[in-house]
Amino acid sequence: MTQLLEVTDLTKHFPVRSGAFRSGVGVKAVDRVSFSVDAGQTLGLVGESGCGKSTTGRMLMRLLQPTSGSIRLDGREISELRRSDLQEYRRQVQMVFQNPSSSLNPRQSVGSAIAAPLLAQRITPRGGVKAAVRDLMDRVGLRPDHYNRFPHEFSGGQKQRVGIARALALNPRLIICDEPVSALDVSVQAQVINLLEDIQRDTGVAYVFIAHDLSVVKHFAHRVAVMYLGRIMEHGETREVFDTPRHPYTQALLSAVPKADPAADRSGRIRLTGDLPSPTDPPSGCVFRSRCQLRPRLDPERAALCADSVPGGTIACHHHTTGM
Amino acid sequence: MLDPHVPPSRTPRADPSVPTAEQVATLSPPSATTPPAPSSAAEPAGARTLLGTAWLRIRRSRVAVGSLVVVALIVLFAILAPVLSAIEGQDPYTSLTGPDYLDGVDTPGLPLSYYRYPSTDHWLGLEPGLGRDIFARMAYGARISLVIALLSTMVSVFLGTVIGAAAGYFGGKVDMVISRVMDLFLAFPHLLLVLSLTPILQSRLGGTALDSGSLLPVASLVIILGFFGWAYLARVVRGQVLSLREQEFVEAARAYGASRRSIIFRQIIPNVMGVVLVYATMLIPTNITAEAALSFLGVGVKDPTPSWGQILNAAQAGNWYLSDPWFLAVPAGALVITVLAFNLLGDAVRDALDPKSSRH
Ligand SMILES: Nc1ncnc2c1ncn2[C@@H]1O[C@H](COP(=O)(O)OP(=O)(O)O)[C@@H](O)[C@H]1O
Ligand SMILES: [Mg+2]
Repeated sequence: MTQLLEVTDLTKHFPVRSGAFRSGVGVKAVDRVSFSVDAGQTLGLVGESGCGKSTTGRMLMRLLQPTSGSIRLDGREISELRRSDLQEYRRQVQMVFQNPSSSLNPRQSVGSAIAAPLLAQRITPRGGVKAAVRDLMDRVGLRPDHYNRFPHEFSGGQKQRVGIARALALNPRLIICDEPVSALDVSVQAQVINLLEDIQRDTGVAYVFIAHDLSVVKHFAHRVAVMYLGRIMEHGETREVFDTPRHPYTQALLSAVPKADPAADRSGRIRLTGDLPSPTDPPSGCVFRSRCQLRPRLDPERAALCADSVPGGTIACHHHTTGM
Repeated sequence: MLDPHVPPSRTPRADPSVPTAEQVATLSPPSATTPPAPSSAAEPAGARTLLGTAWLRIRRSRVAVGSLVVVALIVLFAILAPVLSAIEGQDPYTSLTGPDYLDGVDTPGLPLSYYRYPSTDHWLGLEPGLGRDIFARMAYGARISLVIALLSTMVSVFLGTVIGAAAGYFGGKVDMVISRVMDLFLAFPHLLLVLSLTPILQSRLGGTALDSGSLLPVASLVIILGFFGWAYLARVVRGQVLSLREQEFVEAARAYGASRRSIIFRQIIPNVMGVVLVYATMLIPTNITAEAALSFLGVGVKDPTPSWGQILNAAQAGNWYLSDPWFLAVPAGALVITVLAFNLLGDAVRDALDPKSSRH
């Protein structure tokens, strides 16, 4: 597999404008995040709401400038691209947004919304823009004669299909999907995910698929990265992560996924205690330590390690090999 | 009623302090209740665009249609002033004086009773004192009054939209400076300022290309009213743009490489046009009233040029409203009807464009 995207130590700090934190670094929305995506594959980026998934996605799309770290596409650094290079990058990488309603301009027909990327990039496909748009609409399961309709005439799932067609218009190699199905009914979620899979099979596009729900990515992603408070806790092949989760946070998340069999044993369910710490003031050392189910069972010397040093690696835990 | 700049009491529902992103985003009933497209295919394509829906709603409201008809009649009245006066056989400047027309004994200058009230010769009677035809002066006056109101509204709407959009889109320092200027404009005692500035402006414009016939007062009122009327709209537009800027469809446009220009003109401006249109229909009557007030107070349009405010001024100037109340009733009635019609129309436009309204 050839590597398409490589992210190293990507960091984004937002200044906080209220009182006490004015002088500090503010919110560490994303903190030294590293992962890679192979061509034609899907990386699932999972974590609770507010853990920095969208911020990561928006940095990859260059909608936000990273505070530090590197983003490489085909080995080429893109976090400093300007003007025409950036414009060229936007042909390679596109994005599907979370909210199907606000991701479409209410005053723009869906046809011209899908055509807009072609016009912005001054691309004239063979056969003309209109034909290309009709073809795209057909590919995402929209009726091409809905070209002149407006977003409010469509259901949430259909709007998301419009968003996917718009992202496909430039024939990108990577699409960042920021919780594309979270706002949809469960039955519609499956349809949209199937569509994304079909598109991947046909075009070989790679996805960074953001979700707050592990079960959504289980059958879809090739690799998974689990985020917590701006950091990646565990990163690996989907099957490995689901079958033998090694980070206590992943274990807790997986134990909370409802089992298909209602009679299944639920005694193994791990409940996370305590509140999610504020991202303006995360715990020192391991950010997960304040809620970790493993830590109370450690001897004091090893527990101190959690507070003192930041764990690294694909499994960001000091104790994962021995602590199980 | 005299202050042109305090927004009309029934202002557009878009409260500048409340972000209207949601309003923009949820243009339709929640998606769950929106029928999937195949089942809505029975409707003719394009029939349910937002403006189309708005037009349908206007047509279904009796008040809206009524006010639209009245507004159209008033505009026609102004446009056709020369034609209507020709049919009547009168013009707005000829004075009919002497004992055949005006009383010379008890109340010198009061038209004889045949000429005081509507007749086949003079459809709205004669003006006391100068003996000019009131109908012709009202018709020509409507042109001046409406032109001033429309042009000054256009100036305000242009300034308000551009300045408000700039503040909202660029944010930061630009926004801070513009917002303070808006606050300043909104805090001014406008009437006093306009009253004192208009004569100054008129004397400045004197001798320039604008100083010919009735152009000078028209130009000065357009400039003054237009210049003082933009701040409220700018604040509304700023609020809208501020929330629009954060919408995902604007991010999407940035993501596929749309230019800043195309984001402003294709993505943002079309979404504020609704509120701008509503505000414009409500600013017109405000400016009609303001023109009348200024001319009535003697700093706007001056005799012999007619405008509705100037005619009101003439009615009170010689205390004619005591002996000839009809002469006061004509311009006052016309103003009330016009302002009412425009305000009702503005309400109707606002309701029709309101995405949250369920009336179809
Ligand atoms: N523009 C911003 N300014 C300040 N803080 C932000 C901004 N965007 C996101 N954040 C903060 O960064 C953190 C991560 O947000 P986000 O990436 O949206 O999370 P997720 O998508 O995982 O729910 C949150 O605490 C959020 O409040
Ligand atoms: Mg998010």
